[in-house]
Amino acid sequence: MLKTNICGIEFKNPVIAASGTFGLGEEYSAFYDVGRLGGICTKGLTINKKEGNKGIRLHETRAGLINSIGLQNPGIDCFIENELPKMKNMNTVIIANLGGGSIEEYIEGVKKLNASEVDMIELNISCPNVKSGGMTFGIKSETAFEVVSKVKEHCKKPLIVKLSPNAENIVDMAVKCCDAGADALSLINTFKAMAIDIYKRKLVFDNIFAGLSGSCIKPIALRMVYEVCSNVDVPVIGIGGISSYEDAIEFIMAGATAVQVGTANFINPMICIEIIDGIKKFMEDEGIKNIEEIRGIVRR
Amino acid sequence: MQLSYKSCKVVENINVFEDIYKLKVEGDYDIKPGQFFMLKCLTEEPILPRPISVHDFEDGYVSFLYQKKGRGTNIMTKLDVNDEIKLTGPLGNGFHTDNIKGKIAVVVGGIGIAPMLYTVKNLKGCDIDLYAGYKDEIYGIDEIKNYVSNIYVATESGKYGYKGYVTDIFSPFEYNAVLCCGPEVMMEKVVKVCRNYATPVFVSMEKHMACGIGACLGCTCETKDGNKRVCKDGPVFYGRDVFIGA
Repeated sequence: MLKTNICGIEFKNPVIAASGTFGLGEEYSAFYDVGRLGGICTKGLTINKKEGNKGIRLHETRAGLINSIGLQNPGIDCFIENELPKMKNMNTVIIANLGGGSIEEYIEGVKKLNASEVDMIELNISCPNVKSGGMTFGIKSETAFEVVSKVKEHCKKPLIVKLSPNAENIVDMAVKCCDAGADALSLINTFKAMAIDIYKRKLVFDNIFAGLSGSCIKPIALRMVYEVCSNVDVPVIGIGGISSYEDAIEFIMAGATAVQVGTANFINPMICIEIIDGIKKFMEDEGIKNIEEIRGIVRR
Repeated sequence: MQLSYKSCKVVENINVFEDIYKLKVEGDYDIKPGQFFMLKCLTEEPILPRPISVHDFEDGYVSFLYQKKGRGTNIMTKLDVNDEIKLTGPLGNGFHTDNIKGKIAVVVGGIGIAPMLYTVKNLKGCDIDLYAGYKDEIYGIDEIKNYVSNIYVATESGKYGYKGYVTDIFSPFEYNAVLCCGPEVMMEKVVKVCRNYATPVFVSMEKHMACGIGACLGCTCETKDGNKRVCKDGPVFYGRDVFIGA
């Protein structure tokens, strides 16, 4: 009933834990069997180990959270050697989120992941929290086209490209990434945002800007997913403030093949499971036998 | 390990003094001294739960001593008896009280006293002295005094005890180990003075958190071995690993 197929990979359901909010799956295994999830996106991985950003990394806002983690991760080799074997035992689809500071780094990362047991690769050209690379590749469609084309030449796994809402034109960006060979798209990453501590008269974040997520961004994410789904043929994974089954159904009705749940995991560690159960109950109550019946149903 | 995320019933939420409150909830847990819970009121805002250390735990009741500081703790002060609050935990490593022996100093600043009641109750067979520093008014000491040999107080205003900082009156000279919780500048001073005597110091760190379980990497602190997660690798660290320059 909830089975979902993306680029030939079968997902038990369309609910995936979003990159950066779920670690490498182990922490949430203390609450429930993460094998019930459709999939898990790893924390953003880079060729070399990264310590991440200094200073304050989290700032809560109304209905949202601004983060400046800065891709702290153990490096791809360490991930493949020490973490991936544990993740493969979790009995769910493993998507490696790949970050990079240059095209060469992305290619090197893809080559290493090709040889690993990850099921898919999510190319992160949308992280606002790193100085080089990251989102700088996800603003102009032409730049993104170049990165995705070159990465695709070397990529032997299904390639998802994760888009930034800070792109100059989200539809053009999506189309160009597909032209460059993206097998699927995921959107959106966080919005470039900032905060000021008025008592200290200082910026909250050392990097000035940081990434806004949470339910405050959901209506804009939904609009972007709707627009992109109307203009591309590849599967689209909807992300952005999804914190209930109703939110997830909205994204699916807008055309998303699956959804990723991020910040909501922090508010309620059981939320992914509640969303999966909620979608199932909604479908039973509404007499929907297959999720395909409602996918993109509102599109005009 | 299994972690629980569940609703607990409030049995007490009292204003101890000015902005200091004590919350007591029903809950049966296996808690180590120095561990904390993520507490989330049922209101939509603020969205994130707040990390609060365990003040005391007995007979199926968990207590939290907390300071009203921002939106999260402000909304907690409004909880009434029989209200529900969501608890995730217990979380973090805590103090390894089984390995701490002999003559012990507990050094705290302000609300840093919160985790120490349950901690000293679990320091079995130790001879404990408490050094507590406050701005002006003192709190949290009454319940702890039955478990310690001596209490030394410092207030910045001079209202109680020594006028000045608690670090002015503390010397690690006679202690086998020091347990410390308070402002970072205070803990750094304690680590520094202990370095001269080669006395081990265990510090309990505080950071803003999102997940509280080690997934988001939002609460990291720098250590001699790279960034560590305060929520999962801590909150208790070996002082010299965190205050490297001390």
